[in-house]
Amino acid sequence: LDYAIVVALQIASGIATLLIVSLGLAVVFGMMRVINLAHGEFLMLGGYAAVLSYAHGANVWVSILLVPPIVVGIVGAIVERLLIRNLYGRMIDTMLATWGLSLSLIGAVSMTLGNSVNGFSAPLGSFEIGRFHFAFYGLFLVAAAATLSLGTWATLRYTNIGLLARGTMQNREMASALGVSPHRVYAITFTVGAALSGLAGGLIAPLSGVVPTMGTAFIAKAFITVITGGAAMLTGTLTASVLLGGVWTIATFLSTPVFGEVALLLVAIVLLRLLPRGITGRFLRRAL
Amino acid sequence: MKATILHIVAACIAAALAILLLPHVLELFALINATVFVSLSVLALSLGLIWGFGGILCFGQTTFFGLGAYTYAVAAINFGDTTWAVPLALAVPTLMAAALGYLMFFGRISDVYMGVITLTVTLILFAFVNSTAGDQWTIGSAALGGFNGIPGTPPLNWPGDPDTTLEPAQIFIVAVICLVVCYAIAKLTLLTRFGRVAVAIRENELRAELLGYDVRLHKLGLFALGGWMAGLAGILFANCVFVSPTLFSLSYAGQVIIWVLVGGLGTLVGPIVGCILMQALTRYAGTLSNLDPNLVLGCVLMVVVLAVPRGLLPTLGTLLPWRRQ
Repeated sequence: LDYAIVVALQIASGIATLLIVSLGLAVVFGMMRVINLAHGEFLMLGGYAAVLSYAHGANVWVSILLVPPIVVGIVGAIVERLLIRNLYGRMIDTMLATWGLSLSLIGAVSMTLGNSVNGFSAPLGSFEIGRFHFAFYGLFLVAAAATLSLGTWATLRYTNIGLLARGTMQNREMASALGVSPHRVYAITFTVGAALSGLAGGLIAPLSGVVPTMGTAFIAKAFITVITGGAAMLTGTLTASVLLGGVWTIATFLSTPVFGEVALLLVAIVLLRLLPRGITGRFLRRAL
Repeated sequence: MKATILHIVAACIAAALAILLLPHVLELFALINATVFVSLSVLALSLGLIWGFGGILCFGQTTFFGLGAYTYAVAAINFGDTTWAVPLALAVPTLMAAALGYLMFFGRISDVYMGVITLTVTLILFAFVNSTAGDQWTIGSAALGGFNGIPGTPPLNWPGDPDTTLEPAQIFIVAVICLVVCYAIAKLTLLTRFGRVAVAIRENELRAELLGYDVRLHKLGLFALGGWMAGLAGILFANCVFVSPTLFSLSYAGQVIIWVLVGGLGTLVGPIVGCILMQALTRYAGTLSNLDPNLVLGCVLMVVVLAVPRGLLPTLGTLLPWRRQ
């Protein structure tokens, strides 16, 4: 029984990790139809922001929860202004330009901060279930994932900004005619998406360690999750995270982490063959 | 038709010049480097064909490149003779491309999703091959070797004669011939009915479909041809450098796209020119100790997308005086 509980907790924290990592991407892709291939590097910058601020004596919670989203949010705002804004509506070009950004961020960070693995141990310690130890931080990740998705949902559903954002997403010309500046909405959305990616980077930094190339480890998973989710960005990402995160963690348990990833990919490809428009292309269409 | 033959003849002449001159002019190391450039040009050409003429944006062309190289190395070590290793190493990436293409095109997955899926496949292979260190990961007598790859890949030998292996200069000649043959195959394919339909699909997929062409099948065919060509590039590459997981890595996958884009999308010479230019630039950047090559590549990609989105060759073409009218 103890073993079953630990496995269940592992699966839950696996799903939470996947959701946290994908959320920033889902917001940017779902709202703006911009595929941000530098998403992984935003995670990486968030991780570095957390590690560096912790190393300079900041409180561990401040350096996980506060510094990364602010730093990466600012980076996101600059990137939007210089790069993304010139390429709206040109999906492939945006993809290529953000890929260029991704490569240069990896290059710039390895030049300035070096290629070694940085990190700090997760706060909160662990508790015992029978013979097994489980870190409280895993539970914290689950709570964080729940809070983040609830927060995003509530913002989109109930606030004025959320309404404007959804309106612009549905019909850009109409929103523009009604006096909303799409450029501003896009700029804010991208910044928020970047801040979410930064926060995700901060949250996973204690678990995965921080290297300049860490983004590539997450970007594939994040993309597959968002795409499998389909059009409704929040519900889609949520359901896809549960499904793929479950498969990933269970396969990792049964064999090795690499096969966990292979299983995740295979399930996602087969799923896309059956449901080419993602999970929410068929089910839960009207959800957010 | 006439123009195509003219282009192919010009390519043959250029190749003949390269074969006759370069092995005498270049030193051994430079010659092996040149072979690397040529093999990567074949890879760039394969992506230039399927992306520029089929409209299939494959972010993971390195999947087939790496598979070709690995299959070749493993088969050559096991057979002790490369005569049958080569066709096998061409078949595996082609089949992989066909299988992947079936899942994507018959699932009617849109462009962007396709890019992400192909990228993910190559990244997963990268992770998988990286983890194959140790004795339990052997195929026959060839150890996969994880991160270190397979050092000492056997070079090509004369068909049916395992004892006569080719010298680096001869491998260079084989590589150049392969590049020209691939170029000619691509050019001639575009002349056939199949190639014309593929271009029509790139222009307007819905219209092509309404006119009664099977879009899925044509895309699948072109994609498999691209996979075959990338596999050939992998074999050539395995002959001058050894086989390692970096073949599947994000940086190679990214570079191929950059080459095609810099050279010019929708041309066949463009990707080759882009490949050689960017390779030379990367090599040069590598010698600058205080500059990371990734940074240079990334900046070039951003600048090209923002400033010359059509690529160098088409942009230069419009500047030529006799093309002005």
